[in-house]
Amino acid sequence: MQVTITVNGTSETHEVETRTLLVHYLREACGHTGTNVGCDTTSCGACTVLLDGESVKSCTVLAAQADGRDVTTIEGMASPDGTLHPIQQAFHEEHGLQCGYCTPGMVMAAASFLKENPDPTEAEVREALEGNLCRCTGYHNIVQSILAAAKNRELVS
Amino acid sequence: MTVTAAGAGVVGTRLLRREDPALLSGEARYVDDLAVPGALHLVMVRSPHAHARIVSVDLEAARSMPGVVAAFSGVDLAGQWAAPMPCAWPVTEDMVSPPHYPLAVEETAYVGDGVAVVVAATRAQAQDAAAAVDVAYEVLPAALDLEEAAADRVAAHSALASNRSYTWELTPDPAAVERAFAEAAVTVSERYVQQRLIPAAMEPRGVCVVPQPFGGELVVYSATQIPHILRTMVGVTAGVPESRLRIVAPAVGGGFGSKLNVYAEELLCVVLARTLRRPVRWNEERSEGAVATIHGRGQVQTIELAADADGKVTAVRARILADMGAYHQLVTPGIPILGAFLYHGVYDVAAYSFECIGVFTNKTPTDAYRGAGRPEATYAIERAIDALGRRLGLDPVEIRRRNFIAPERFPYTSSAGLVFDSGEYARALDMALELAGYGDLRAEQARRREHGDRRLLGIGLSSYVEMCGLAPSRVLASLRYAAGGWEAATVRMLPTGKVQVVSGASPHGQGHVTSWSMIVADKLGVSPEDVEVLHSDTALSPFGMDTYGSRSLSVGGTAIAMAADRVVDKARLLAAHQLECAPEDLELHGGELAVKGSPTRSVAMGQLAFDAFTAHDLPEGMEPNLEASVTFDPTNFTFPFGTHVAVVEVDTETGRVDLVRYTAVDDCGNQINPLIVDGQVHGGIAQGVGQALWEEAVYDAAGNLLTTGLGDYLVPSACELPSFTVGRTVTPSPSNPLGVKGIGEAGTIASTPAVVNAVIDALAPLGVTDLDMPVTPERVWRALEGAARSGAGIPTSEGGAA
Repeated sequence: MQVTITVNGTSETHEVETRTLLVHYLREACGHTGTNVGCDTTSCGACTVLLDGESVKSCTVLAAQADGRDVTTIEGMASPDGTLHPIQQAFHEEHGLQCGYCTPGMVMAAASFLKENPDPTEAEVREALEGNLCRCTGYHNIVQSILAAAKNRELVS
Repeated sequence: MTVTAAGAGVVGTRLLRREDPALLSGEARYVDDLAVPGALHLVMVRSPHAHARIVSVDLEAARSMPGVVAAFSGVDLAGQWAAPMPCAWPVTEDMVSPPHYPLAVEETAYVGDGVAVVVAATRAQAQDAAAAVDVAYEVLPAALDLEEAAADRVAAHSALASNRSYTWELTPDPAAVERAFAEAAVTVSERYVQQRLIPAAMEPRGVCVVPQPFGGELVVYSATQIPHILRTMVGVTAGVPESRLRIVAPAVGGGFGSKLNVYAEELLCVVLARTLRRPVRWNEERSEGAVATIHGRGQVQTIELAADADGKVTAVRARILADMGAYHQLVTPGIPILGAFLYHGVYDVAAYSFECIGVFTNKTPTDAYRGAGRPEATYAIERAIDALGRRLGLDPVEIRRRNFIAPERFPYTSSAGLVFDSGEYARALDMALELAGYGDLRAEQARRREHGDRRLLGIGLSSYVEMCGLAPSRVLASLRYAAGGWEAATVRMLPTGKVQVVSGASPHGQGHVTSWSMIVADKLGVSPEDVEVLHSDTALSPFGMDTYGSRSLSVGGTAIAMAADRVVDKARLLAAHQLECAPEDLELHGGELAVKGSPTRSVAMGQLAFDAFTAHDLPEGMEPNLEASVTFDPTNFTFPFGTHVAVVEVDTETGRVDLVRYTAVDDCGNQINPLIVDGQVHGGIAQGVGQALWEEAVYDAAGNLLTTGLGDYLVPSACELPSFTVGRTVTPSPSNPLGVKGIGEAGTIASTPAVVNAVIDALAPLGVTDLDMPVTPERVWRALEGAARSGAGIPTSEGGAA
């Protein structure tokens, strides 16, 4: 079947098998390999992207379900000139990543969460990250990154 | 000897990581991200039985499926192997190993053992075809329980006379141990179980082998920690000349020891790419990885302490059964031996005895997992020392203080035969107690007990020492390890003054690029951004011993520092030639070599690099270019140490344990980048807490792994963990010129016993002093019920478990 999805602002149409998952559409059809696959049970959150602005695990959405909709992946977060998005910048400054494999999913989950809750407590950040696993950081600096991103946004606005 | 910053002085600062932008923007490429046109996808057919004889493998149906290029059984590929799967650590002369090939030929020995492969144009096609492979098995009895396997009730392998692979002993003075126990005022005997763990790096494993055109080399892209070791082992096992193998580890998403191996899928992709003359790739699914990637831990430990009436420990005796799993992987037999010398921990103990029996079971092979042997040892001694303290009515702090190796004893020759390089154990303990607010915690604990609060507070300590910087090659020889423990590095200045560092270490999240560029920047007086770090590609760094065992900085970083020193030495000779002075009259400052006392007579390092490149006017006999290579082989291990304090709340009605506070004071010697050190500590703590409270590879009675997904195998999430308070003391290591010790494994080593000790600290007054890991609500609840029934507890109030 033919699927048309706007990925990071660019509309792309590809012919896919009906069973194709959104994550495979993004990685294989569109070549956006920044979205990682870390499990096969929707447990790890490495594949988190924004679907019409809200975070979803792209391994649990069929490409067909995203037909005609808008997807943002990690590749769509930085400015075209390479300037990191404030959430990416906060992860950099707070050492919120080590091996980087969970990082795109963490950043996308954080983007969605901070839109819902721009001024979260530490406990709220931890609760929000329940579906995103990291094996390197112990979450300490990921939580700090998201709190810092929220604070920076406050300062800007 | 420690290193002082020569130039920019960036060492010791919290420089942000240079690795981050590529990882944060999605530009980094992991193996599965590599676009390789025409690559075939390999899918494994795995044994669904823990132990079975292979009666037949029917591949006909699979071969006729859409997109399928080839399908092979173990018999089909038997002629491809020049040697069995490699085990580099035969720990004893008479160690027994079963036959082990990438695909089983006659018998499968665990659920997940490979029996056939299918190669197809797409992954989905290969998966569909693998499901059509028809294998007939004759199911055999399986050896699943470690202690029963050790008793040889059921054979794990038909080909072996016993499940026992080896017995490894270390008792330097048996009579002294006997005497200590005979004369002891008090003894403690404890039995602990180290449950099997699944390493669960976030990136599953993957490999892609690309044959180069014109009959050339094979390029192996692998999610591995060990490109160099892999090259040698693939050469030996697949019969490929090592010189025609190039191994590249692209971005690697964590390892924790699980990618410190030579796996069947890597060898199969090599052999099939060679046979089919097409690129062949394989990517692990998470649930597949749960059985196909090595497990960690898996021991039953007995530890006995002899002590005098004051609680001074006089002897330690440890007896270990170590679960090898079904086969010996790369370093399986040696993992318990890495802990063999550390069962006395940070304590000054005169008499020492250790014995380990390696036992085969019909489960996934075990091998290195973060800490590898040292967490097991630390857990045993740190729980036992608490048990001794309880016996004598001494606070955990006091029993530790009475036994610490005193600072003036360093370098300390242990009764197990190691020389601990440096340490100030009481200082780290004091700092940890202060940061944790130990006195207030004890007061709060007492208050809750008095009020009969159902949520009791537990405070757990763990004082640890580990053995890092693997490893002095001569020591490895004495332990019968098949290779050395050195690390290689090259530092070169390019004509424009930019610097290239080539390292044999192979990072997978540790931030080597940042740390190595900091070391070299200070040495050469350049900015870290001017330093390019090349690694993880055997074509770029022909020699290396890779990354594991907290070795990269203390061994590999030292090699880099020494190579940089040699570059400066050569630059100094050239500068002396140009400035017409003696080399020793020159000092490096701000990137310039200047004559002492007359700083205007100077020449910049960048200029010297260019002049060495043009070679128009070099001193007689000097070779062109500023480049130096060093291979550093340490003379001793390094011994990081520290004290961690865990605070838990235990709900006495539900058995639920919450980790509410965690304080870690670690001493890893000098720090290159404290930001990175913090991150290593945080992540290590989380993994060790995972073992204490949640993680366990659970098998059913038939040998099926039940915890195959991240929904069943409980890798901690952010909600289960608190933020951590970290502190550091600095006791430089005399084992290397940087004075560094290593920090990659410390958190995992220290945190597991700290947390379990905290739970027992909460429950001991109720009669619960024995809990196995993971300390689940069910285990706690049952222990409380059992204690209440037996009346073991000291009733404190109407609350609690009564």
